[in-house]
Amino acid sequence: MVLRPIRVEAQADPTNVDDQSYLTATKSRSLWADAARRFFRHIPSVVSLVLLVLVALFAFTGNFFAVWTNSEVDWSVLGRVPELGAPSLESGHYFGTDDLGRDLFARVVQGSQISLMVGIVGAGIAVIVGTVYGAVAGYFGGRLDSVMMRLVDILLSIPYMFVLILLLVVFGRSISMLFIGIGLISWLDMSRIVRGQTLSLKQKEFIEAARASGAGHFTIIFRHIVPNLLGIVAVYATLLVPQMILTESFISFLGLGVQEPLTSWGALIAQGASNVMYGTLWQLLFPLGFFIVTLFSFYFVGDGLRDALDPKDR
Amino acid sequence: MSEQDVILQVRNLSVHFNVPAGGLFGGHKVLKAVKNVSFDLHAGETLGIVGESGCGKSTLSRAIIRLIEASGGESVWMGKDILKMNSSELVGLRKDIQMIFQDPLASLNPRMTAGSIIAEPLQIHNPEVTKAERTKRVAEMMEKVGLTPNMINKYPHEFSGGQCQRIGIARALITRPKLIVCDEAVSALDVSVQAQVINLLMDLQKEFGVSLLFIAHDIAVVRHIAQRIMVLYFGEVVEIGESEQVVMAPSHDYTKKLIASVPVPDPKEEMKRREVRRRLRREAAAAA
Amino acid sequence: MALLEVKNLKVDFDTQDGVVHAVRDLSYTLEKGKTLAIVGESGSGKTQGAFALMGLLPKNGRATGSIRFDGKEILNLPLRELNRYRAERIGIIFQDPMTSLNPYMRISRQMTEVLEHHKGMSRSEALAESVRFLDAVRIPDAKNRVHMYPHEFSGGMRQRVMIAMALLCGPELLIADEPTTALDVTVQAEIIDLLVDLQEDFHASIILITHDLGIVAGTCEDTLVMFNGEVMEYRKTEELFANPEHAYTKGLLSAVPRLDQKVERLSTVSYEFMAGARKA
Repeated sequence: MVLRPIRVEAQADPTNVDDQSYLTATKSRSLWADAARRFFRHIPSVVSLVLLVLVALFAFTGNFFAVWTNSEVDWSVLGRVPELGAPSLESGHYFGTDDLGRDLFARVVQGSQISLMVGIVGAGIAVIVGTVYGAVAGYFGGRLDSVMMRLVDILLSIPYMFVLILLLVVFGRSISMLFIGIGLISWLDMSRIVRGQTLSLKQKEFIEAARASGAGHFTIIFRHIVPNLLGIVAVYATLLVPQMILTESFISFLGLGVQEPLTSWGALIAQGASNVMYGTLWQLLFPLGFFIVTLFSFYFVGDGLRDALDPKDR
Repeated sequence: MSEQDVILQVRNLSVHFNVPAGGLFGGHKVLKAVKNVSFDLHAGETLGIVGESGCGKSTLSRAIIRLIEASGGESVWMGKDILKMNSSELVGLRKDIQMIFQDPLASLNPRMTAGSIIAEPLQIHNPEVTKAERTKRVAEMMEKVGLTPNMINKYPHEFSGGQCQRIGIARALITRPKLIVCDEAVSALDVSVQAQVINLLMDLQKEFGVSLLFIAHDIAVVRHIAQRIMVLYFGEVVEIGESEQVVMAPSHDYTKKLIASVPVPDPKEEMKRREVRRRLRREAAAAA
Repeated sequence: MALLEVKNLKVDFDTQDGVVHAVRDLSYTLEKGKTLAIVGESGSGKTQGAFALMGLLPKNGRATGSIRFDGKEILNLPLRELNRYRAERIGIIFQDPMTSLNPYMRISRQMTEVLEHHKGMSRSEALAESVRFLDAVRIPDAKNRVHMYPHEFSGGMRQRVMIAMALLCGPELLIADEPTTALDVTVQAEIIDLLVDLQEDFHASIILITHDLGIVAGTCEDTLVMFNGEVMEYRKTEELFANPEHAYTKGLLSAVPRLDQKVERLSTVSYEFMAGARKA
């Protein structure tokens, strides 16, 4: 239990208030502002957030610093990659080259773009579809809820990795197919979480107050329920991004995901791992480093967000 | 009071709930939360509904204005049965009947500012009102309920319990309703704050001429604010009458017990009342 | 010698928004077999003062001052030593009995466990004693009901079980923290009447913590009114009600509508007083 400071029952008599403050609206702190204040006090999450920003900057501005493009082959190192392809500043291969002599720096930049995109698009679909779906099911309840949630159960009961692989095999390995596949499954858990939250929110008096003042269903869902869900949605979404990145990496690691000339962290790690025995450790370490730092940072930010948004839980 | 100024006629209103009877295939049994309740409410009048937890008073209040569906009976508002209204008629009704809730903080959306909370009913029912005009009306209403308009952009968690309840009252009054249903509107408040809110409600009622359906478990509070009292016990009306009469000369056994149970801040009086309670208990034991 | 002597008790809480002084200065004495009511609104520090005495303050709370129980200092005692007092000499009744009853254990087991552990009784002796206590708190058909689970009792009955459990070891001091706040008025009257009767039978000292001046009248010998962590008035109950001295007590008394009197308008506690007190 944490005690909150006592608030004074303010003067009910408006004449007590001096004219100056009476006219100007006083500053106020929304719950979001409060949460932000708490978040930025938690050092590990702030550090993680900074790291994430750096990774994102790297992904989207890295090409300006790259000496080589991601498809160019450095003929001078081809065939002698373990000896000449090591990271060096002089050759312009900051991260070394891959086994075909392509610049790993540029490849990692491109891989980061795709991996982050997969994570963000996947989480984005989850946030939009999952929130609306869950909120509608939870708010209306009854038969509609049963039908909607059984559908989710059915989709969840299908082994998604199998479906994803099947999709990629049947419709061809393309990045858009990957997005579709990940989008199809990412919102399921989110809709369940949101529905659960909606069910408990629905019992709150302010929802009943809105109904009593004549607000329609649409207003109640989008004005009263969804804003109060955003906290938990934000937390879950930050935890979902790394999950999506992991899924994509796994698929790419299997060779079914992103296809050449495109690449992703998972594909780079797969290539790096298969060449480790030739002494080209950097091919594994650079993509792996970005991968791990990003995943950890997302998890830390998610934790920090959860603590900041729900201070009672600590 | 004449027949004409009756604004709400409740006739034989019943609310039944299906509750699971337990077990996987146990089916359900019917819980009769409200049984055959009838009463009239006059314009400008305050009717108190008293009863203990689980007696159905909250269910009754919500069934009357159709926040939950009744199982039978009528609730006639200005000559039209609320229970048979279509959805557009219902929206119109919500303008005339507003509600104040028990938990001051929980009844306000934590993500909305005080100003937008108070403005919401106005936005729904008078969308033609411009934003500037709306802000002006909200500020006026805030002053009426004893809040300063400079608090308009503050969020509910920045207010004390009593202030939150004032916001709830302002929201209920902004559309100038004819009836306000107060469901335990003061029971969650500290006594000193409770007195302020009771006084405020009574003042505003005089000013706006609104009727109140005042639901509470505390018969002393109800007697203070209401002209008539209706006592509910296990979903049934056991007594209804002028406040003074119900309190001073209760006719039903349950009302007697209830009134003898209310603590009075006076040691000598309280000793006497304890004896009365002991006598009533002995009588009840002897009867059983 | 007084059973309980509280002197200059202060309770502070460290919060994100700085230190909160929940109890600023609380002193009182309770003789053996006497009853004291501590009355205050939420935030007055009435509960935190009692929690400090029972060693139940949350982690971010600090208590200073002195609390002597039967001559021995018990404030901030290590938990192990305090537990001995709590189990055998101090009984506690909470507002919500479910917080101190184990929902997965039969009442019989919860009661006999205490007796076996602290009184060294055999299982069957302990069971008989438990039934006797349930009888004492007027639970009908105690013999059979002793084997029920907490959730099978109604709120009022549960509170009776709680009282019976608090009395089991024959405590010298019984602390009741808002014991009737969650209950209906008719049940509240029964519980309060029960406490009064039990006090006559068991001769325990009682501290009744409540926000309701009404239930104090006719229950406790002394009354202490708290506001904002400080004692406003501390006198014999009858005197306090007949002739309240402090503005706050007067305000509280007149702010509640009374069944035995009819007033046109409730008077409220003055804002000048409230604001002044908060600033200090």
